[in-house]
Amino acid sequence: MTDAATLFGLVAAALVGLGVYALIVDPQPLRKILAFNVIGAGVFVLFGAVAHRGAAAGWGGDPVPQALLITGLVVAFAATALAVAVLLRLHAETGSATLAPEPPPAAGDE
Amino acid sequence: MIAALNAALAVLVLALAVWTVAARSTFAATVGFVAYGLVLTLVWVQLQGVDIALTEGAIGGGLTGAMLVAAAARLRDTEASARAERPGLALRIAAACVAACVTAALAYAILALPEPAPTLAHLTADNIASTGVANPITAVLIAFRAMDTLLEAIVVLFAMIGVWSLAPDRAWGGRPGQPHHADPDGILAWFARVLPPIGIVVAIYIFWVGADEPGGKFQAATILAAMWMLAVVAGLADAPPVSRTWVRLALVGGAVVFLAVGAAGVVTAGAFLAYPDGYAKLLIKLIEWALLPSIALALALIMAGAPERPER
Repeated sequence: MTDAATLFGLVAAALVGLGVYALIVDPQPLRKILAFNVIGAGVFVLFGAVAHRGAAAGWGGDPVPQALLITGLVVAFAATALAVAVLLRLHAETGSATLAPEPPPAAGDE
Repeated sequence: MIAALNAALAVLVLALAVWTVAARSTFAATVGFVAYGLVLTLVWVQLQGVDIALTEGAIGGGLTGAMLVAAAARLRDTEASARAERPGLALRIAAACVAACVTAALAYAILALPEPAPTLAHLTADNIASTGVANPITAVLIAFRAMDTLLEAIVVLFAMIGVWSLAPDRAWGGRPGQPHHADPDGILAWFARVLPPIGIVVAIYIFWVGADEPGGKFQAATILAAMWMLAVVAGLADAPPVSRTWVRLALVGGAVVFLAVGAAGVVTAGAFLAYPDGYAKLLIKLIEWALLPSIALALALIMAGAPERPER
């Protein structure tokens, strides 16, 4: 039982690292949002592994962190949706989706 | 056998994460992310978190994935120019070092966790009888940590207000997103007719058993939102203008009932969000019934995006 928690805890650590790398390196905003969700999933799995270690009272995991995870997943969705909406508005306004200080001339008008 | 399954899952999750991060096309990366979310549901089952597996499948892979796929499709023509901004080798090596340090620190933390693991499971087990529900997750969500759930319901509303406030002036109060047209005799329209009745029954079942078995309002609300989005994408239904009064009332209804029950607890049970003896299950179900339509509508409207079409 502890094996699964340790294994997936280590996987989660690797997922967070992968996401951090992509968040820094990838210039596209949508890829950064994706990377942020990869990090988020890693953090959730890490927390879930800790919850699984706390299995007791006949349950497979500590229900308190498990319930907080459900809350976290919904909030992560809301945050991602807000980020995507900001990005789509940027695209609608400027015709491009870049975080560069001086965006290339927009294809359409303002 | 189980160890082999877990190892295979671990490899698969890591491979899909690498794909999501490294795929050349953003569209392919988002599709990889959906698969990543689906495989994570199996990880959650292996971690004995069936409630979380349902939520991850519905929200993590499902709604988030669909939203990102749609965004990738709309932003496809910006990809070529963005690729030119890729940072140089030095920054990439530095980023890799930072990422490796983060991973190493987390891995060390996992291996150094105290033994035996601290747990609140016994405390939950000792007090769950007072709530009248048998699913410990539901008991934690609506009773022991009700404040978190209340704030979450409000955060979802705030996110939706944030999305709405990104509407251009001319579309303010109008219908969210762009109109969808699909072949009325095509496979999408067919699915959009056949699946929602099944999906609604599944959602209500998941909601109903949530008191005693894995399930609950968030998972059910996500399925309802997905069924509605399916009908919208197939052109069979349209998102309502966000200025409609019934939309606004339905959105805040869940949070208002939750707050009202919480405030009533000050008088009847001596604390905010406390439930009087004997009425706990009734009040928990009342809150869940009120939250279900509000959260489903909020999730669906968040998915639909900012208003883009003026109401005519």
